[in-house]
Amino acid sequence: MQKLAVTSSPHLRAKASTRSIMLDVCIALIPAGVAGCYWFGLRAALLIALCVGTCVASEWLYQVITKQKVTVGDFSAVVTGLLLAYNLPANAPWWIAVIGSFLAIVLVKQIFGGLGCNFMNPTLAARAILFISWGTIMASYPVASGNFVADAATGATALATINGGSVGNVTILNQFIGNCGGVLGETCKAAILLGGIYLLLRGVISWHIPVSFIATAFICYLIKDGAEIALLQVLSGGMLLGAFFMATDYVTSPVTNAGKIIFGIGCGFFLFVIRAFASYPEGCSFAILFMNVVAPLIDKLCAPKAFGEVKKHG
Amino acid sequence: MSHSFFYILVSYLLVNNYVMNQFLGICPFLGVSKKLDTAAGMGMAVTFVMTLASLMTWLVKRFLLVPLELEYMQTIAFILVIAVLVQCVEMALKKISPSLYQSLGVYLPLITTNCAVLGVAIANSDAGLGLLESVVSGCCAALGFAMSMVLFAGIRERLAMTKMPAWMNGFSGALITAGLMAIAFMGFGGLLG
Amino acid sequence: MADHKKNPMKVFMNGLITENPTFSLMLGMCPTLAITTAAMNGVGMGLATTAVLVCSNLFISLMRNIISDKIRIPAFIVIIASFVTIIDMCMKAYLPDLSASLGMYIPLIVVNCIIFARAEAFAFKNGPVASIADGLGMGLGFTWAITLLSAIRELFGNGTIFGVQIMPAAYQPMAIMTKVPGGFITLGLLLALVAAIRKAIAKHSAGKEAKA
Repeated sequence: MQKLAVTSSPHLRAKASTRSIMLDVCIALIPAGVAGCYWFGLRAALLIALCVGTCVASEWLYQVITKQKVTVGDFSAVVTGLLLAYNLPANAPWWIAVIGSFLAIVLVKQIFGGLGCNFMNPTLAARAILFISWGTIMASYPVASGNFVADAATGATALATINGGSVGNVTILNQFIGNCGGVLGETCKAAILLGGIYLLLRGVISWHIPVSFIATAFICYLIKDGAEIALLQVLSGGMLLGAFFMATDYVTSPVTNAGKIIFGIGCGFFLFVIRAFASYPEGCSFAILFMNVVAPLIDKLCAPKAFGEVKKHG
Repeated sequence: MSHSFFYILVSYLLVNNYVMNQFLGICPFLGVSKKLDTAAGMGMAVTFVMTLASLMTWLVKRFLLVPLELEYMQTIAFILVIAVLVQCVEMALKKISPSLYQSLGVYLPLITTNCAVLGVAIANSDAGLGLLESVVSGCCAALGFAMSMVLFAGIRERLAMTKMPAWMNGFSGALITAGLMAIAFMGFGGLLG
Repeated sequence: MADHKKNPMKVFMNGLITENPTFSLMLGMCPTLAITTAAMNGVGMGLATTAVLVCSNLFISLMRNIISDKIRIPAFIVIIASFVTIIDMCMKAYLPDLSASLGMYIPLIVVNCIIFARAEAFAFKNGPVASIADGLGMGLGFTWAITLLSAIRELFGNGTIFGVQIMPAAYQPMAIMTKVPGGFITLGLLLALVAAIRKAIAKHSAGKEAKA
């Protein structure tokens, strides 16, 4: 297998090659993609193909133009494309997918030196740019219809209901199987958990970030709105997808386990703050992006040798 | 007082951060952020001066400009106050605490032309804040500046270890990095409603 | 600097192109980023800064033999702040809309490092004619740079330039361009582009010289 030449830290720390890790992530993302197609119709599949294709093409083009070694074979662009598509509403126009994929690969990743050099998660940064730019398109979610059929109607998401502190017509079962509004890859929590568990078992990710992330958000909502809402909050929006697949990005999260726990707690806390008090209904991507910004500092504070024993008060 | 201390602090740290949301203090933000410790030093020096400057400019406006009906002289008066203040702080530090002077001294002359300092004085004056609110606002705005400085320096130190293309190593790269950082801060929009 | 004294035109072109305050000296970044959301703001801010720069350069140049070296910094501050106050009051009176949209950034011209830097590096050492030329060149160099930046941001962020619809009606404005991240990123890319063009020109002229 071909190894990616990442020369300086922070680099991928696992012994396995980049390619095999990224392949594992792709496999883990398949259930959520299939679920997305089931609930939102085959346009979801088209959007996924478009994002993956644009990401790979952008990476290839940039590396050819700048006369670098072409690394599209490491599947990292495929992962970025998959995740970006999962973060789009299924009825998003094609140009949203193309612009988002191009920005993720070129602006956020390649100009900083490519894989291992970016300080922000490319998918999330691109999604945030799309969200800030075309808020109405990015926040109009199609209704889940099932059986691989697309429904033209759009509706409110569960978050819009439960952020007010009442349960309304939101049920745990619907949230769990994905029979709810949302972006195409985040609705079916069962599929995301399946993929997350696969990654944990394969040793691609460790438990620290997802567990501390979800637990912190849960506890915050437990205090604010009680147990039922807290559970629904965990099962709504992009929290699970973010906690398992995006906050755990090797490049943009801290190295040490203590650092990872602080990072996860920060993600959970800021997700809560943004969902509960800011103008955006969903805080998952912005919370992780903000912690991406803090991550180098966390790494500095948690460097085991320079500071000796790490204080665990978060 | 209409706003609590906590409200002002969160506002200036996350929602209305001077660097990330209002484009004030960009020159030192880009200029002295290559190393974490210099960034922290600059942040501390600015916090010190901005808090004092908020106090002094408020006093000058209340007891000098308003009674003499010289409000239109505000810009001149404020910048002079800040320049004098920075000089005094520099001399006082040199006498009282040579060690602190050693770590902060180099940043002090730069602060006179830091637009965040004059910015906070003008903003306080335009908003008609009281004495305590002005000082708290000045201090919190400076803490927000210091926070973004330190975060940015952390990122730049990390980026310096990677294989960025040559053109990204200079000013352009710093600006693009700051832009991506600003995206993360946009999530806090509307936090204080 | 010797030939600068003789040729005001050269001094002017120096500020406009060669040592452009935005693209070469990278001074005055706060207004450059903050007010460049619409092309009109760029022109307004640029011309206001130019006016202050020309006046302060002329004044400081005339007084350069009276002001002693030791008190030059406070003297500069007073002179610059006075002209800024005058411009601020004029704009409030005659251009209230523009003045409102530029807001706090008009009084903040005082701490625009371009003005300070030119006072210290040029006006304090050169005669009045050259200093006016320097002020004009630097000021207009700043003006075209921030107008270009604001035109780009307005075009993509709003589909217009100077309020005139340029993009086809189907274009969906990319709102982030007129927001904070858009300012940082657009300026970063623009600086890189200008640097690349300069490099290409230098390479081209070097090649020509080699042939000749």
